[in-house]
Amino acid sequence: MAVTKADLADALYHELGLNKREAKEFVELFFERLRDALERGEDVKLSGFGNFGLREKNSRPGRNPKTGEAIPISARRVVTFRASQKLKQRVEENSKLLGDKLNMLRVQVNAGSG
Amino acid sequence: MTKSDLIDVLAVEQPQLIYRDVELAVKGLLDRMASALSEGERIEVRGFGSFSLHHRPSRVGRNPKTGAAVEVPDKYVPHFKPGKELRERVDRAIKR
Repeated sequence: MAVTKADLADALYHELGLNKREAKEFVELFFERLRDALERGEDVKLSGFGNFGLREKNSRPGRNPKTGEAIPISARRVVTFRASQKLKQRVEENSKLLGDKLNMLRVQVNAGSG
Repeated sequence: MTKSDLIDVLAVEQPQLIYRDVELAVKGLLDRMASALSEGERIEVRGFGSFSLHHRPSRVGRNPKTGAAVEVPDKYVPHFKPGKELRERVDRAIKR
């Protein structure tokens, strides 16, 4: 099961002793401030976790994958994420141990979509 | 915006919490997210986006100094997919 805002609020409740309402509000506000900064065009740098940046994309021709009809994709600004070295390392070290579990998940996903 | 800017803003908005608690809460959230990912768990935050791992298969790389072929083992890397609200707000901001 994926980690959700409710799980993150639970962590604040259990580990920091915020009450449940405060914890829920804090999690909402945390993500809202990140969205705000990105909306203003500001990059967000969270050391030890990663950086959220913005990229301007030019318009390009696209297609409706179902009908094959050509539709132009307008120029847009998109959010990108680069994990920090520390997070990448943590994932890599663990994924050696997790290899089997993750491989199993991939097989299930592939079987599901095939 | 850096992590300490974020802590400062949240501390002003949450005056019932002392600064130290806001700092611990921000670090706690990021740590909870990092540990979920390193355990192969997805994170899904409605309106913000989802974090998951992408698999990079093993490949033959080269030592840039000697040119010797080296096998680079497969690995998992963190990936972020922005959610609908974030995508729309960021994009709308330049179209206004």
